[in-house]
Amino acid sequence: MTGYPLTFAGTDFVALPSGALFCPAASALILADLHLGKSERMARRGGALLPPFETRDTLDRLRREIRQTGARQLFLLGDIFDDDHAREALTQDDQDLWNRITSATACICLAGNHDPGARAEAVLGAITLRHIADRGPDISGHYHPKVRLNNVTRKAFLVGRDHLILPAFGTFTGGLDATDTSLTTLVGPGIAILTGPRPFAVPYCQPKGPKR
Amino acid sequence: MSLPPDIAAWFAQRGWVPHPHQLALMGAARDTLLIAPTGGGKTLAGFLPSLAELRLPHKGLHTLYISPLKALANDIARNLAAPVTALDLDIRVEDRTGDTNPGQRARQRVDPPHILLTTPESLALMLSYPEAPRIFGSLRRVVIDEIHALAESKRGDQLMLGLARLRSIAPTLTVTGLSATVENPAQLAQFMGGAELVLADPGPQPDIAMLATGTPPPWAGGGGQYAVEDVMAAIRSARLTLVFINTRAQAELFFQALWAVNTENLPIGLHHGSLSREVRQKAEAAMAAGHLRAMVCTGSLDLGIDWGDVDLVIQLGAPKNIKRLVQRIGRANHRYDTPSRARIVPANRFEVIECVAALEAVAARDLDGVPHPPAPLDVLCQHILLTACAAPFDATSLYHEICRAGPYRKLARADFDACLEFCATGGYALRAYDRWQRLILRDGLWQLRDPRTARLLRMNIGTIVTAEMIQVRRRRSLARLGEVEESFAASLSPGDTFLIGGQTVRYDRLRDMMLEVTPQPTRQPKIAVFSGMKMATSTELSARVLALIGDPSRWAALPAHTRDWLAMQDKIAALPTPGTLTCETFTRRGRSYFCLYGFGGRNAHQTLGLLLTRRMEEEGFGPLGFVATDYALLIWSIDPVLDPAPLLRLDNLTEGMEQWLASNALMKRIFRSIATIAGLLHRNLHGARKSGKQATFSSDILYDTLHRYDPDHLLLRTTRQAARHGLVDFDRIEAMLSASPKIVHSVVPHVTPFAAPLLLEAGKVPIQGLGAERLLEAEAARMMDEAGLT
Repeated sequence: MTGYPLTFAGTDFVALPSGALFCPAASALILADLHLGKSERMARRGGALLPPFETRDTLDRLRREIRQTGARQLFLLGDIFDDDHAREALTQDDQDLWNRITSATACICLAGNHDPGARAEAVLGAITLRHIADRGPDISGHYHPKVRLNNVTRKAFLVGRDHLILPAFGTFTGGLDATDTSLTTLVGPGIAILTGPRPFAVPYCQPKGPKR
Repeated sequence: MSLPPDIAAWFAQRGWVPHPHQLALMGAARDTLLIAPTGGGKTLAGFLPSLAELRLPHKGLHTLYISPLKALANDIARNLAAPVTALDLDIRVEDRTGDTNPGQRARQRVDPPHILLTTPESLALMLSYPEAPRIFGSLRRVVIDEIHALAESKRGDQLMLGLARLRSIAPTLTVTGLSATVENPAQLAQFMGGAELVLADPGPQPDIAMLATGTPPPWAGGGGQYAVEDVMAAIRSARLTLVFINTRAQAELFFQALWAVNTENLPIGLHHGSLSREVRQKAEAAMAAGHLRAMVCTGSLDLGIDWGDVDLVIQLGAPKNIKRLVQRIGRANHRYDTPSRARIVPANRFEVIECVAALEAVAARDLDGVPHPPAPLDVLCQHILLTACAAPFDATSLYHEICRAGPYRKLARADFDACLEFCATGGYALRAYDRWQRLILRDGLWQLRDPRTARLLRMNIGTIVTAEMIQVRRRRSLARLGEVEESFAASLSPGDTFLIGGQTVRYDRLRDMMLEVTPQPTRQPKIAVFSGMKMATSTELSARVLALIGDPSRWAALPAHTRDWLAMQDKIAALPTPGTLTCETFTRRGRSYFCLYGFGGRNAHQTLGLLLTRRMEEEGFGPLGFVATDYALLIWSIDPVLDPAPLLRLDNLTEGMEQWLASNALMKRIFRSIATIAGLLHRNLHGARKSGKQATFSSDILYDTLHRYDPDHLLLRTTRQAARHGLVDFDRIEAMLSASPKIVHSVVPHVTPFAAPLLLEAGKVPIQGLGAERLLEAEAARMMDEAGLT
């Protein structure tokens, strides 16, 4: 498994190329922002008509991650569905696949701002899992961080002292530049791990960091 | 045939003698195609039969004039006023273009004029209205101006579909096509759906030569700056000079260079497609009024109103295409019967050879042609949808009507049915959406499922899909300076400087989809790279260049410095000759270079570069980048290519092509334009123009998805078809590799005379392979180290 090993709040993790986070000790796979049914919602709201295949793509990738890590627990940190209607609008095939995935592993779905209603938080040792970062140490999603290096932009994990922010796992998801002040003030100095064929780290928000 | 007495009297009164081709058109009983050089009174010839017929009363629309340019329609309206008054005709002549106001348009639908001047897009729009049969039922004549230009793009295909429609509505219609000199008049006549040819006297041979320059051209580059003093001298010696340059950026740079040596302050203007319409119109007006001594321009002045006063044309940089060169030379036509005067200026050593080859071709009156690609199906989809906007239709009769359009005469019923299926449901992958269910079969007739879609479809009319442009304006001012391509805008950082409208400006910020800039008169610009179209050298001209290089007995036509250069190449490596594919491998500063002299044109070499480096990546050569020109392809890598034959096997490359299509940005661009024309993407969504970024976003995702789940979708088939020529130009790669089976490969210790200029060439493409990923990781590791985070 090509991943970037890291320690956050005393716990060992591996940041995976896909944007998922794996905790070997708990055999837990942690992901955020799947945004299933995004194209369907955009079409419904009169936006761009994207073909409805991105849900299947996201689910296929999720299934692959579970198989490759052998994870026994799955934590989905909110914005799993693009909205409540999107959940019902899944095609039968996608619905079946979703059911298979969530029943085969112990799966905990947390609420997001797009899909409120489920439970808000879960706990992994000393760390809280939630959708939007709050009191640390916590692992969360929501911001879809991206980092630019040498003119290449990649989805990225942001790892600060108190907060670990996950990139979005969903297929059609935009992103927020990690240098945005809402993220730098929240996360503070740490590292950013860029996803790609082989994830690697760059300094994040370091006081004397090199210019990009 | 002679002119009717009153028209003859009007001619005599102006001191004119009718040209034989004008008389020939008067006598033509059926559809005709007139081929005449610029300045031959072509347009008037096209209108003479209408003017003659309109001396008798006619109810409703009589003549429809269609031109590629709105400006031309406006101009013709003015020019027709003279004969209409002189002949005392009681008729109305009106134009109808995108600029016509809504009130006038509505009135034209109720009470059409006798002569209507319009564009292909406006015609398509009028044909989509239910009252089209009433408006066009009385039509007798259609005049299509500059048909050679229309035939080269999808606008022509759309127009021919519209013409087929008109023929059904008004079966007695007579069509006249007006064209500049073309290589294959019969093919153009067939494009019109069959027409009698009238060939005008081509006029005297032009006086054309290379411009004598003080210094020889540089090894590489395309700006022609070395010749600026010589061009200035030529401008001084002429009354009005047109200076044609191949790209907008080069036009800007050369314009600035000209002014730097313009000690007498001669009025010199600038005209290209990136300038705002107001700026361009001002330049045109100044030129028409005789206020200018020279105009630096790009293809933006290839068409349009004839300025009789131009007495010198200068082509700066490779002509690339013989036909276009001849048409440009024709701009210098003070009088029809006096020779045009033109000078050409090569921008680098390779172009010297190309210029000489082009001069030989002009002297031999040997024009190059682009094989007309099969009729595009995206245009057909748009036509089907618009037909449904006018009235319900029967599939079989529509199919037969479409087959009467020249470009579609060989349309297979299966292709027509696939288009109809796409229009009706969106095709397999998109059937899930209600919104794609646009046509429905009721009582045997296809019609709009929801009549309200008609509005949306009409807003999306047209086949011109331009690169997304961003307006440039001065900061804290509403003055627009022009526009640049979105991709260029994206490459700018605040503080960067570039040239636009002849001045250096600094990029400040992007606001409301406008690029805000501050003029920086004293700064040197960052090189302006907002590129116009990158045109490849034509097959015929490339073949002539190759033949000239390969035959030392013909080198006498070349300047001494070029002869020496060729001789040196022959001594060190090998000279390319027709029938062989010449390539060489050399090492420089620890890198291996592989150079292939394909003479296949820039676009084909660019594609070949992408395909070859892909193969090299797979084979472990570690390719790092390449650069493509019209003549050659240069690739650099970690390991040397010692046996090129397996890499150049066509079947391997074709296989790579299919995979490469999946992710290529160029293919996505082609797809975007096809999807827009076919009505899958909308340019105008209820009046609100979608921003370029949005359109690109959804079209890229559509492309990826269709590619994965429905690879045989009609629009993907059409995209692949389009990739065989144009920007991808796979047909020319195929021709190159199958026509040159004999590979001549030399391994030399150092850079060769031919390859040296390529090292200086701009536009190098880096390869984002495993090597590049390693570089990215190394950069990250360095940063971590610097921050003390290891």
